[in-house]
Amino acid sequence: MNLHVSSRDIGERTLDIVSEMKSLEGPLLPILHEIQAEFGYVPQEAVPVIARELNLSRAEVHGVVSFYHDYRDHPAGRHVLKLCRAEACQAMGGDALAERVKSLLGIDFHQTTLDGAVTLEPVYCLGLCSTAPAAMLDGEVHGRLDADAVRDLVAEVRA
Amino acid sequence: MPLVSEIDFGTPASRSEKMVTLTIDGNEITVPEGTSIMRASMEAGIQVPKLCATDMVDAFGSCRLCLVEIEGRNGTPASCTTPVAPGITVHTQTSRLKDIRKGVMELYISDHPLDCLTCAANGDCELQDMAGAVGLRDVRYGYEGDNHVKARNNGDINAKWMPKDESNPYFTYDPSKCIVCSRCVRACEEVQGTFALTIEGRGFGSRVSPGMHENFLESECVSCGACVQACPTATLTEKSVIAIGQPEHSVVTTCAYCGVGCSFKAEMRGEELVRMVPWKDGQANRGHSCVKGRFAYGYSTHKERILNPMIREKITDPWREVSWEEALAHTASEFRRIQYQYGRESIGGITSSRCTNEETYLVQKLIRSGFGNNNVDTCARVCHSPTGYGLGATFGTSAGTQNFDSVEQTDVVIIIGANPTDGHPVFASRLKKRLRQGAKLIVIDPRRTDIVSSPHIKASHHLPLRPGTNVAVVTSLAHVIVTEGLYDEKFIRERCDWSEFEDWAAFVSEEHHSPEAVGKLSGVPAEEIRGAARLFATGGNGSIYYGLGVTEHSQGSTTVIAIANLAMVTGNIGRPGVGVNPLRGQNNVQGACDMGSFPHELPGYRHVSDDATRDIFEKLWGVKISNEPGLRIPNMLDAAVDGSFKGIYIQGEDILQSDPDTKHVQAGLAAMECVVVQDLFLNETANYAHVFLPGSTFLEKDGTFTNAERRINRVRKVMTPRNGYADWEVTQKLAQAMGLDWNYSHPSQIMDEIAATTPSFAMVSYDYLEKMGSVQWPCNEKAPLGSPIMHIDGFVRGKGKFIRTEYVATDEKTGPRFPLLLTTGRILSQYNVGAQTRRTDNVVWHEEDRLEIHPHDAELRGVRDGDWVKLQSRSGDTTLRALITDRVATGVVYTTFHHPTTQANVITTDFSDWATNCPEYKVTAVQISPSNGPSQWQIDYDEQARHSRRIAGKMEAAE
Repeated sequence: MNLHVSSRDIGERTLDIVSEMKSLEGPLLPILHEIQAEFGYVPQEAVPVIARELNLSRAEVHGVVSFYHDYRDHPAGRHVLKLCRAEACQAMGGDALAERVKSLLGIDFHQTTLDGAVTLEPVYCLGLCSTAPAAMLDGEVHGRLDADAVRDLVAEVRA
Repeated sequence: MPLVSEIDFGTPASRSEKMVTLTIDGNEITVPEGTSIMRASMEAGIQVPKLCATDMVDAFGSCRLCLVEIEGRNGTPASCTTPVAPGITVHTQTSRLKDIRKGVMELYISDHPLDCLTCAANGDCELQDMAGAVGLRDVRYGYEGDNHVKARNNGDINAKWMPKDESNPYFTYDPSKCIVCSRCVRACEEVQGTFALTIEGRGFGSRVSPGMHENFLESECVSCGACVQACPTATLTEKSVIAIGQPEHSVVTTCAYCGVGCSFKAEMRGEELVRMVPWKDGQANRGHSCVKGRFAYGYSTHKERILNPMIREKITDPWREVSWEEALAHTASEFRRIQYQYGRESIGGITSSRCTNEETYLVQKLIRSGFGNNNVDTCARVCHSPTGYGLGATFGTSAGTQNFDSVEQTDVVIIIGANPTDGHPVFASRLKKRLRQGAKLIVIDPRRTDIVSSPHIKASHHLPLRPGTNVAVVTSLAHVIVTEGLYDEKFIRERCDWSEFEDWAAFVSEEHHSPEAVGKLSGVPAEEIRGAARLFATGGNGSIYYGLGVTEHSQGSTTVIAIANLAMVTGNIGRPGVGVNPLRGQNNVQGACDMGSFPHELPGYRHVSDDATRDIFEKLWGVKISNEPGLRIPNMLDAAVDGSFKGIYIQGEDILQSDPDTKHVQAGLAAMECVVVQDLFLNETANYAHVFLPGSTFLEKDGTFTNAERRINRVRKVMTPRNGYADWEVTQKLAQAMGLDWNYSHPSQIMDEIAATTPSFAMVSYDYLEKMGSVQWPCNEKAPLGSPIMHIDGFVRGKGKFIRTEYVATDEKTGPRFPLLLTTGRILSQYNVGAQTRRTDNVVWHEEDRLEIHPHDAELRGVRDGDWVKLQSRSGDTTLRALITDRVATGVVYTTFHHPTTQANVITTDFSDWATNCPEYKVTAVQISPSNGPSQWQIDYDEQARHSRRIAGKMEAAE
């Protein structure tokens, strides 16, 4: 079920978060994290509110939000599967693995399955080069993946 | 005549006094410590290839083209971010550097369109220049694959491609040509201080984004054009350049909008103006501009501009186009007839703060020597006349004490009754830069203006006082400083009269000036007043900038005196970073005042009753000058209504729209027999005129403007006057028609006459200005280089004079019928009565005047955002649409006055400053009620105006 959050609510809840955190040193990133935790993404409507409260321009906040891949501009699926696409993982068969995951899920990178179960994303190095190819599912890392292991991962998120 | 060339040194100059010597490509060069190697090379005449560096913004080091090798150091550092060091040896061209640069350029070009021949930047493209400089001959990567250039890749939609953004009326943004050098982003941040641009995304996906991926018009962009100027490619390009092509010659001239007086290069192709580019050597603006100066010049070719002289018998007749000879002969004979019939004092004239010093001088000369009276006044009457009075009384000279560069050294700034981000944008950008460096700000204004809070700017104290209580609040600041012992005793004892200080100190120490007492009547919390006073007195170099929110009050002169007292008591006069600075409204309002435009003053602020001064002019002009002051504008109108004043020559001012109490102005003009208006357009005043003499624009004449910092800047003719004559020629021809023997062949001769008669201009001549660029008066034997800062060793009048400033509430009071206070102001994109800016594309930002009202007051009256409301005062009523905002406090409403249909001055009263008659525009008690549309008065006025603008033989302008 998708719960609709109105723009007005986003503005008010954003204002609460910003008011609570604006006294931090370098408050923008922690505020964005908190907003993403609250809404599951960083809503466009939140940006002007953050900008006004922190005495920044909308452009500056937008520049930061768009720089970091982890800040989403729309909600993700219930699970997020990140496949490492960096050099070591590619060398260990990461390309084939990525194709297999895509076909199992029926989606491409940056997409979410129709049932909203899972969002697939590329990531550039999880720091697990010694156990390549690697992936991260909902913050938990998995190494030495092969065809069977990814089938299990997909089955888990689809359940 | 070639383009005026400006060297781009790549990085800003260093201010260090310590010098460093190094060797670059075998040349020994000595530069200030902290200079970049790039800049030092350029000073030695060696241009290191560069793309992301330009000297208007700090070095960034992203393009990797300006690499150099330094003997004994590893690698190839970027010359823009590497400072010079003593004794180093730098090589700017080695085989290693050549390879790297070529490789970098290959990558740039592999994601850039190859349409150079049809590109708008062709001939003015740094990317093209650098490709040439590094010897790029082929691109090994090809043009296939990922790119931002093509809308479609092999038939598929290219998601990386973005269409051109043409939303801004003056420039386009073409993302496909962007090399992501960030120059535009940095110019917006560092030069303009708006922070409207960013780089969105990362890596190959990086693109310039206005706001949150908005288009330029909807973003936070204020259209100052700094980004367009900074862009090295065609990504950001003036639409005029796209339409016309590159300019072939340029001339340095001075902007004709506000009192900042920015220097521009008018870049021309033949007699067609291609674009205005702010001049980096301009000492007021240092290479920056605002939307008006850079872009809003289209009025000069607007279809409504009148190019032929016209006359009519009655104001109900249509206009009849006539020859210049007929118009001038008719005017001269009418003026002579009126004087014969009603007496010498029955005619007068108004000089313009929009025209040059030379033109203003001629108009007052015509009145004093040709009309034989002192009935001359100027629009400064309605803006900064209290500045003249107040600063004259306390310091001894009626002008600002500083240059604009002074703001770079200030530590605490007080802004009173001024809205610099809208009214004086280029000064505001310079101020904001200093504030971002850590200077503190105190704003005294009923409204929460942008300078109170905007990206990276936050006032330490905002004192949102009730309109009309300036004197009480400023005196209260002095109360805190005196009673808490924060005054600068040494300065006061040395520079001011100690006994006058003691008297004044006793006065301000009285309990009714305490913040607690003043807080009650002004609505400002006492703690804010105390905090602001303590900060100003103890925060280092303190400067005060003020505008019409100070002067246009019944106690305008008193507030100016209170400001001067505040500067003296804290010792903030006579050095860089301090001072009292009136932000002048019009480009040449300072000059118009200097040139003897007031009925009681000859040029140089010398009273007409002074025999010695009169003698100078009488000998030169060969006439007798009256020693009695003439009529001020309001007196002329009163006399007209009484029937004793019958003719007026108005050059470049629209008194019907800009002067208070419109109905009284109407009545005065209607009672005259010969109203002569010299202007670009049939303005509102011209509805009551009998003779219309077409005026010329600042692009069409030579002359000088004097800006708010007393800087005399040259205005240079770049095109033939479309109306046939420059304004000074028209005045001269009128004088000749009236029998005066005038034979000026160039404005330089008029300046020579001014210099010969006016001590503070003694050394000014066109040759000298050519040599110096510009000078700030006084410029004479004592100060041959001019005077950037005044009162350095002592006040002009001798001892600084402290004067008591008793607060007297204005007679304009709120009551049950009129419970709200109306105050007025302006907006960035429009200029004053809007005669010019309304005839440019600037209307996209502000197409009508809106009434700002607090949500609480709006709700009480059932007014919603955008509703038509009737605005009613004791003088009259008008209607406009409401804008609900908490920028204004409850009990206060605010509007701009840029559009004639609004006629905000129907509402304003005829109360005025006690000393100078400057009208009290800033306080009017009003009531607001919902309305359906324009009032009957507005409909009648519009009908009369349309009727009055008919020209015989021409179709009426379609609505």
